[in-house]
Amino acid sequence: MTIKPLTLAEKLWRDHLVLKGENGAPDLLYIDLHLIHEVTSPQAFDGLRSAGRDVRRRDLTIATEDHNTPTQDIHLPIVDPTSRAQVQALRDNTAEFDIRIHSLGDKNQGIVHVVGPQLGLTMPGLTVVCGDSHTSTHGAFGALAMGIGTSEVEHVLATQTLPLQSFKTMAINVEGTLRKGVSAKDIILAVISKISTGGGQGYVLEYRGSAIRALSMEGRMTICNMSIEAGARAGIIAPDQITFDYLKDKPHAPQGADWDQALKDWSELTTDQDAVFDAEVFIDADTLDPFITWGTNPGQGVSLMDSIPDPDSFDDPSQKAAAIRALAYMDLKAGTKMKDIAVDTVFLGSCTNARIEDLRAAADIIRGQKMAPGIRMMVVPGSQKVRIQAEEEGLDKVFVDFGADWRFAGCSMCLGMNPDQLAPGERAASTSNRNFEGRQGKGGRTHLVSPMVAAATAIRGTLSAPADLEQ
Amino acid sequence: MDKVTQFAGTGMPLRISNVDTDQIIPAVFLKRITKTGFEDGLFANWRQNPDFVLNNPSYQGAEVLIAGSDFGTGSSREHAVWALRDYGFKAVFSSKFADIFLGNSGKQGLIAGVITDADTETLWEHIEANPASKITVDLPSQEIRVDQVLIRFEIDEYTKWRLTEGLDDIGITLQSEAAIAAYEAKRESWKPKTLPAKGV
Repeated sequence: MTIKPLTLAEKLWRDHLVLKGENGAPDLLYIDLHLIHEVTSPQAFDGLRSAGRDVRRRDLTIATEDHNTPTQDIHLPIVDPTSRAQVQALRDNTAEFDIRIHSLGDKNQGIVHVVGPQLGLTMPGLTVVCGDSHTSTHGAFGALAMGIGTSEVEHVLATQTLPLQSFKTMAINVEGTLRKGVSAKDIILAVISKISTGGGQGYVLEYRGSAIRALSMEGRMTICNMSIEAGARAGIIAPDQITFDYLKDKPHAPQGADWDQALKDWSELTTDQDAVFDAEVFIDADTLDPFITWGTNPGQGVSLMDSIPDPDSFDDPSQKAAAIRALAYMDLKAGTKMKDIAVDTVFLGSCTNARIEDLRAAADIIRGQKMAPGIRMMVVPGSQKVRIQAEEEGLDKVFVDFGADWRFAGCSMCLGMNPDQLAPGERAASTSNRNFEGRQGKGGRTHLVSPMVAAATAIRGTLSAPADLEQ
Repeated sequence: MDKVTQFAGTGMPLRISNVDTDQIIPAVFLKRITKTGFEDGLFANWRQNPDFVLNNPSYQGAEVLIAGSDFGTGSSREHAVWALRDYGFKAVFSSKFADIFLGNSGKQGLIAGVITDADTETLWEHIEANPASKITVDLPSQEIRVDQVLIRFEIDEYTKWRLTEGLDDIGITLQSEAAIAAYEAKRESWKPKTLPAKGV
């Protein structure tokens, strides 16, 4: 008997199967790690209470506060009463059900997708869920990580399992070597632009190839983070020595014999040689430019060296209509060179790009430089731990000397739920993940960029690549 | 959950594709800790434009939303489904839905059915010409019927079964307690636990 070769995602599915679904029913999968935050959990806890149910595995559950939390004056009560009430609800619920929480002010507080990996809770071979679509971030470790809705949060709290329909698999092959000034963010923006916001629907994307293998864990997290922006169920990267080295000294990394066994198990987490993907995409890393969005969904992107496309150039009528609508909202004209677009805000933060390497990359570019007049730049570390480390490295001083705001950790300006927002008509170069209408504040306009492009843009005032500074 | 089988209501044509959940309900409405009362958040920003379809008197009271492709992309917020439901929609049809939105709909008794782009256009034109026509949505037969138009929609069999039976997912899963316990008993010891807390 020959064993069917499997992709990495299929192996993870197989390894977490509690019950195989019959007659069209979904499979029941075990969930290894459940991350919780204040926005998508209160109604789930209410559901548990009204059904008289308990949390099945509080030892596989962890909470933090990130979406509503302010990034300055964090010692004061949260000003907005509804935000304050939502954060308080999380504190009350985690106290009632005895769940570990890292609250505002705690050194482990931060964006939930930064906190899990830095604690060493995210590791290869797991299933990870969270009531947040950017849970795909954790796939960078070779984990099957999915964003879920509030009903599913309740389901996982009560049963530590989820009924899930099977998926298709797509290989995203990125071969070659990134040029200086080009990073993981540019790869993923190019991928989404290539397959569109719906192109990944029903798929788990596996990022492969020499350019992916060369990335650090933080770069890999940036890539997997935005899998959802292509509509994918999850994004995944096979673990390797870079993954193991990253995990080795993390607080929750396996110890002793467990570490040895884990390494053995993890080394099998690769796609089999003869496994077949349902779809394949190829990206050439050698020729990739810094990539950037011009529209109002993450698939509306181009090379920073290009101009805004003409809506007439889209064959699909709905994509053409979407482009016309986006340009009207963005107040941009087809044919305008991306580099001629001036911004008033630069946001360095979010679960996509607020880890220490992101801050270092931006700091290296702005060190000793002057910010363009009229620009405000906000730097928001992904977690308090990242903030502390950045301060130990003196990065905070680089940002402050440059004229940027140095903030406390949280989701901040990535989404309009806390005080950090764009005003109507403001235009931002943002290292976050969504350029939807009003995402960063009602009427605000967003261009998604890498940390290096964000830094160069803050210096020049117009959308810029790091290479532009050398001219 | 109440059983969902068949209903008849008027329609609303939403001639926009790539409608992300930030548009369906902006983040500012996500701060509530209740599960009802989200109708005022539905398309809150777009609604400020008097020409937006939700403000068209012809479509007031509509229960069937016909949307462009790639509906419900982006954020996992189940609030998007709550807002549609609280506003009065019982079904939404599109040629393509984002996965998480589709899953959330099924949990809340909102029918999310897939139709072709051509059928989407047919329904848009029909509703625009006959806004008062009642549209019958029949889940068991997966049919949309309005006047002389008959369109079949796709929905996965399991979701259809759960909706028509009004079943609660957690209740179904808890019947598999023995299988869950058996899985837990053989779970690898290297796998992480959040407790006792380390790194604090």
